[in-house]
Amino acid sequence: MSDFLQAYLTVAVFGGTAGLLIAGVLGLGRLIRPSRPNPDKLTTYESGVDPVGSGFSQSQVRYYIFALLFVLFDVEAVFIFPWAVGLETYSYFGLVEMGIFVFILVLGLVYAWRKGVLRWV
Amino acid sequence: MTAALLFAQVEKVATPKLDWAATAPLLILCGAALLLLLISSLTTSRPARGTYAVITVLASAFAIGTAGVLWARVTDAERGAFTTAAGALTVDGFSVFFIVVISLGIALSALLADDYLRRENLDGPELYVLMLLSGAGGIVMAMANDLIVVFLGLETLSIALYVMAGFNRRRAESRESAMKYFVLGAFSSAFLLYGIAFIYGATGSTNLGDIAGFLNANTLEHTGLLLGGFALLLVGFGFKASAVPFHVWTPDVYQGAPTPVTAFMASASKAAAFAALLRVFVSTFAEYRLDWQPLIWGIAVLTLVVGSVLAIVQTDVKRMMAYSSISHAGFILVGVQAATAQGVSAALFYVLSYTFMIVGTFGVATLVSGKGDEHHGLEAYRGLSRRRPGLALTFTVFLLAQAGVPLTSGFLAKFYVIGAAVDAHSYALALIAMLSSVVSAFLYLRIVVAMYMTDEEGAEPGPRVRVPLGAGVALGLAVAFTVVVGILPQQVVHWADRAIPVVLASGR
Repeated sequence: MSDFLQAYLTVAVFGGTAGLLIAGVLGLGRLIRPSRPNPDKLTTYESGVDPVGSGFSQSQVRYYIFALLFVLFDVEAVFIFPWAVGLETYSYFGLVEMGIFVFILVLGLVYAWRKGVLRWV
Repeated sequence: MTAALLFAQVEKVATPKLDWAATAPLLILCGAALLLLLISSLTTSRPARGTYAVITVLASAFAIGTAGVLWARVTDAERGAFTTAAGALTVDGFSVFFIVVISLGIALSALLADDYLRRENLDGPELYVLMLLSGAGGIVMAMANDLIVVFLGLETLSIALYVMAGFNRRRAESRESAMKYFVLGAFSSAFLLYGIAFIYGATGSTNLGDIAGFLNANTLEHTGLLLGGFALLLVGFGFKASAVPFHVWTPDVYQGAPTPVTAFMASASKAAAFAALLRVFVSTFAEYRLDWQPLIWGIAVLTLVVGSVLAIVQTDVKRMMAYSSISHAGFILVGVQAATAQGVSAALFYVLSYTFMIVGTFGVATLVSGKGDEHHGLEAYRGLSRRRPGLALTFTVFLLAQAGVPLTSGFLAKFYVIGAAVDAHSYALALIAMLSSVVSAFLYLRIVVAMYMTDEEGAEPGPRVRVPLGAGVALGLAVAFTVVVGILPQQVVHWADRAIPVVLASGR
């Protein structure tokens, strides 16, 4: 076996151990626990309000646009945090760069706004 | 004041030098895309008809202009090719050639899209924005000097294209084609990325210059990883170039996508795929060409045969042209397979003349299809010579050029690639290319016959065909190029000869 593959042996050992551990714990539980089946145990919520209607109902599609806009600003934040930490080393170059980046994202927001995406219909 | 004090204390981070003139085409295209979005968001009234298309065409023209300036610089014997952005982008004749080809693809498709969008009641800046960004991605692919940058360009190109394919969202076919393209395209991107990882594993770098340097200086003890990388990269590029056996998406997507988008896909997107293929394989992996040439040989033969033969049995003209664009990819691959300067130059000539031919072809299809983008059957073309003699003649020129009839650029393009194959001693491949060209001539002539030699009596007349200004300009340009270059090819050949890709190490 080459060194390259040998390095991956650790991964295989880890994976195997994890599988064995899960199987062992769950199997042990199955062996020692009492088994008393009951229809109530199969309902969605054992306590609380009974579920109404089918689980396959249409959800509000309008949420997805908010999700998209959220992702936009989420990604912006992901870039801004490390930038803010290192701003001193980036100097004016970094300031201008981030200005351009934020400008492009704001352009996206303005576009979405004009398209009436932010209005709740 | 305070900011200056704050910044003065700390050591500055070193930023790579960027040659603004070299990146100008990219910046112009991206800037125009942002400008279009800005205009459409900030103006309250609808802008004048065709404003968006005009801005798009102007931006492409500017990009071509800056490319002309760059061309003078890189073909100057004293200055020559160079890399910029820390060795991420190469600026050589090859990059400049593809900047021009892709910008032409954007401009011509935008001219076609102008009337199409109004006809389909979809007018707005979005398609142009996506087209410009997608084209910028294609240019990044052509300029890339690093496999990761190739991937970045490919994704920019593709993601915009997925949206463009589904742009006519009222048509089920359009949505279906977007979905198919997206799922298969994402799959092929994964192949490409895996290939890049293999190449990195084998050579220790993703920079094309460093890879070429490593392969020249060292002999690999085990070539398995490198060859696996070749195969996976070929899958990725072959998918974008729609080479058989990675072509299955092409007919469906070309048929379903809005026709101007199909024109863009067939021209700019395919050109970008071949740009990356040529630079990565012919230049970077030149040392191992005996290993990858047989692969390209097999793919080229399959592409030629399957493209020509399956095109014949189609009845939908858009689908027919999709298969014919597959067989064109086969011809370009014949030039790639030669792996000589002559082969590359022939492939470049082919890509440029093919861009005009295919945009023109899909341009005519856009006009004939009529409102709803529906009439793509052969019967829509029946008797076109009587209803629209000019349009029928234009279409005939494109079809004959695709078939490779002399006095058109298509003939010379086929002649040069086959000549390059013969000079590289690939006689069998040259023979197969010629035979498949004969086979596909039948298909082009079938459409010409439908246009000219069908009795319209008894049959109901096809839809009325209008030729709007924008599309007329695009078709006129395409016809002019096809015929003029078919008769006087010297200048274009001269450009193609000087556009051989060079691979520079990252240090320079």
